[in-house]
Amino acid sequence: MSDAEAALRSLFLRGLDGDTAAYREFLQKLSAHLRAFLGKRLFGWPDEVEDLVQECLLAMHNQRHTYQSDQPLTAWVHAIARYKMIDLLRAKSVREDLHDPLDDDLAVFAGSATEASDAKRDLGGLLETLPERQRLPIVHVKIEGLSVAETARLTGMSESAVKVGIHRGLKALAARFGNSWRSAA
Amino acid sequence: MKTDDLVAMLSNGPVAAPRRAASRRLGLAVLAGLPLSFLILLTEYGLRRDLVQAMFWPMFWVKVLFPLCIAAAGFVAVQRLARPGVAVRHAWVGAALPVLLIWGLAVVAWFTMPAEDRMPSLMGQSWRICALSIGLMALPVFAATLVALRGLAPTQPALAGAAAGALAGGVGAAVYALHCMELTAPFLAVWYVSGIAVPVLVGAVLGPRLLRW
Repeated sequence: MSDAEAALRSLFLRGLDGDTAAYREFLQKLSAHLRAFLGKRLFGWPDEVEDLVQECLLAMHNQRHTYQSDQPLTAWVHAIARYKMIDLLRAKSVREDLHDPLDDDLAVFAGSATEASDAKRDLGGLLETLPERQRLPIVHVKIEGLSVAETARLTGMSESAVKVGIHRGLKALAARFGNSWRSAA
Repeated sequence: MKTDDLVAMLSNGPVAAPRRAASRRLGLAVLAGLPLSFLILLTEYGLRRDLVQAMFWPMFWVKVLFPLCIAAAGFVAVQRLARPGVAVRHAWVGAALPVLLIWGLAVVAWFTMPAEDRMPSLMGQSWRICALSIGLMALPVFAATLVALRGLAPTQPALAGAAAGALAGGVGAAVYALHCMELTAPFLAVWYVSGIAVPVLVGAVLGPRLLRW
């Protein structure tokens, strides 16, 4: 497989073992690949690309436990990006107008685009709509960078409640983000 | 929120994730559902009285093993469909082959038995309740498998639902076989296969509704 596959896969696997720095580098590189991949396919909707990049990143993070190391990362990433793209296009009900066939090759890592335009739908705003038991763990651990133990002390929640709050909160965020397409389309 | 901020957010804090989550969660779903199926069998139906004796008859094992093969193939298919970008490959053959074999067996039996025995061997004593009972036995595993799938990432929800149905239907039929007195191939070929097909179809219909993510 390509160099990008090997490099991304090794970063991702280290991330799955708990290496935060490797995981961040993986997500950065992945978002550039997704931007190029989706940008080429959402030719008619340049405004939607960054939103879809974010939705894919969130989905891949939430579903990272479904990756198995005996599988090419390209196939896993492509399947999720394709699933989320079809979801968007279905919401827009213009699948038949798509200029590029959807079941094309798996060249999801072929291009890379680091220039991000602004996302239209604001994840930060959606975060505010989550219940406290999910919002606070995400704000403290995932945004402010506190540890789970510190957050537990700060909020009076148990450590496992903090972890569950992060997990469920990110899933709820992904669902609300997805729903915002369908209501806007 | 900018994408770089999202990347920073997602990679902050604990990011480690369990490996082989799909097989483990689906395995747990079967382990959670199976005792309930047995409970329904024992409280509502009861084991066949001659179970020990029946274990010496080859046809009894055909009746137990052909649904179990379908369940095994359904398990392989569903744990592949639960993971994005993984092809199902031969698992469909594994589910179809036992059905084709029992149909073949039924055709042979049908044409080698005297004409007056044919309808009794097809309808048995219990054709009315057979498919429904298998569906009932399948229900716990079916529900538990769908719950497990909701925590995984099927990108083909109709197929994933159907595979969950094959897993549950196979398990349900194998459990029901411990009660059921019928031992003829034509009966199994029609009523057992129907009983397994019901959860498969229900799964294919429910999948796109329940398994969105």
